[in-house]
Amino acid sequence: MGHKLMTTADVVARLRSGMTIGIGGWGSRRKPMSLVRAICRSDLTGLHVVSYGGPDVGLLLAAGKVARLTYGFVSLDSIPLEPHFRAARQAGGLMVTEYDEGMLQWGLYAAACRLPFLPTRAGLGSDVLTVNPGLRTVRSPYDDEELVAVPALRLDAALVHASRADARGNAQFLGPDPYFDDLFCMAADRAYVSCERVVGTAELTAAAPVQTVRIGRWMVAGVVEAPGGAHFTSCDPDYGRDEEFQREYAAAAADPQAWDRFRRSYLDLDEPAYQAAVAARRAARPGAA
Amino acid sequence: MTGAVPDAAPGTAAAEVAPATRAEVCAVACAEAWRGDGEILASPIGVVPAIGARLARATFAPDLLLTDGEAMLVTGTWAIGGSPGQVEGWLPYRAIFDLIYNGKRHVMMVPSQIDQFGNVNISAIGDFSRPRAALLGVRGAPGNTVSHPVSYWVPRHSPRAFVASVDMVSGVGYDRAAQAGPSAARYHELRRVVSDLGVFDFGGPGHRMRLVSAHPGVTVAEVRAATGFDLIVPDGNVPRTRLPTAAELALIRTVIDPGGARGAEVRG
Repeated sequence: MGHKLMTTADVVARLRSGMTIGIGGWGSRRKPMSLVRAICRSDLTGLHVVSYGGPDVGLLLAAGKVARLTYGFVSLDSIPLEPHFRAARQAGGLMVTEYDEGMLQWGLYAAACRLPFLPTRAGLGSDVLTVNPGLRTVRSPYDDEELVAVPALRLDAALVHASRADARGNAQFLGPDPYFDDLFCMAADRAYVSCERVVGTAELTAAAPVQTVRIGRWMVAGVVEAPGGAHFTSCDPDYGRDEEFQREYAAAAADPQAWDRFRRSYLDLDEPAYQAAVAARRAARPGAA
Repeated sequence: MTGAVPDAAPGTAAAEVAPATRAEVCAVACAEAWRGDGEILASPIGVVPAIGARLARATFAPDLLLTDGEAMLVTGTWAIGGSPGQVEGWLPYRAIFDLIYNGKRHVMMVPSQIDQFGNVNISAIGDFSRPRAALLGVRGAPGNTVSHPVSYWVPRHSPRAFVASVDMVSGVGYDRAAQAGPSAARYHELRRVVSDLGVFDFGGPGHRMRLVSAHPGVTVAEVRAATGFDLIVPDGNVPRTRLPTAAELALIRTVIDPGGARGAEVRG
């Protein structure tokens, strides 16, 4: 059985402009940020991004990579509003599909199950149906219920970040919530998993229950070892959110000159240089250990 | 933590206890939203609702379920910003969605705009295609409002928040639920709205918003002036929102919010 280990550059090389790309995690939690940063540095354009959005969406919008966005929210959690998302929405021109959070799950689940849609009550009566005029309702064949038919959200590619993975693509989350990463993977033609550490298969279940191996290798096309790859979002238990860095990100986003400085300091770099810059920043902090 | 907090002995200590602040009155008014809910998940958004939910469970609603704000159900009563106690269950986001559809939840959300029928907006101010102010996105508001009881907390009552018509219906109000048909209305129930000025429900004609009580020190005229639509005000004297009991005040001040986070969310 061949391994699926690859580099971040290998993943980006398999993506194409205009693709629909789902990004796992939730808000500013366990986002595949090293892959997102690499996309920002690439020449990919016109992406349709599907996400429970956080700074992944913010960075891709700031880099001009997004033509269309499908989301239930975009938030930095500890900072409620994502500045780049706000700026992009308020500038106009971004195509958006704004869904209820549960509708987004249903769309991914329908795609994962190869169904055309799944019915839900969520959305009825709200302006989600107004701002997404393509949404249809469906009448129950068993009673008089009329429900929203959430269309399958098929993805060309999914990007998720796991705590651990083996070389064949079995991937494990060790934090409190798997979010919807397995659904993103199953909804996609190709799913790519970055992880804090690639380990032997036996190690996955040596210290944690097998139920934490949420993503099976049949869902996965590639595995990238990316320690710190979720930074500055949280990746418990390996590290929490870097709140100070996130504050710097949000503050920089509010001002073009500050954003230029931020981009030069952290984004116009490859991943090892990014991680080195983050480490240097941490060491320079007053009271740093 | 059920029944663990005794009432203060009659006639003692009253003189030494500082009177309840507006934020404390609001916290108790939020707690009251969950009275009688039984064994369901209380999901408070914002500091004052979080205090209210923990207070409700510590006193008159002992069967409520609460999360640590991440993915664990936890027992006990813990401080804002502190660590909760015993884990009693696992509730990752997908299980919360299941629970929403199952109906065993009562959320208190914080709308940016709310109208007289309880439609709320947390998505975008202005034209949706190019908003004047982009907010969070609709989050779970559409599904919540057609699936289980929902209440709202508005920390700053003003005509900008209590509007004639919201710009983007994220959470569904009574008129929209009725228009959308039986599947939308079946489990739709808006319980109450708590603001820094008063408590409201949708018991007016046609489920219009009605003033239930004004907080101590607030006049009906003030509430009306801060509301951008015709509020239903019952004839006769409008009740005053009840004051926290001595036991509730002690819980808020020493156990649930000793750091005083509530003061930053409510003026006065």
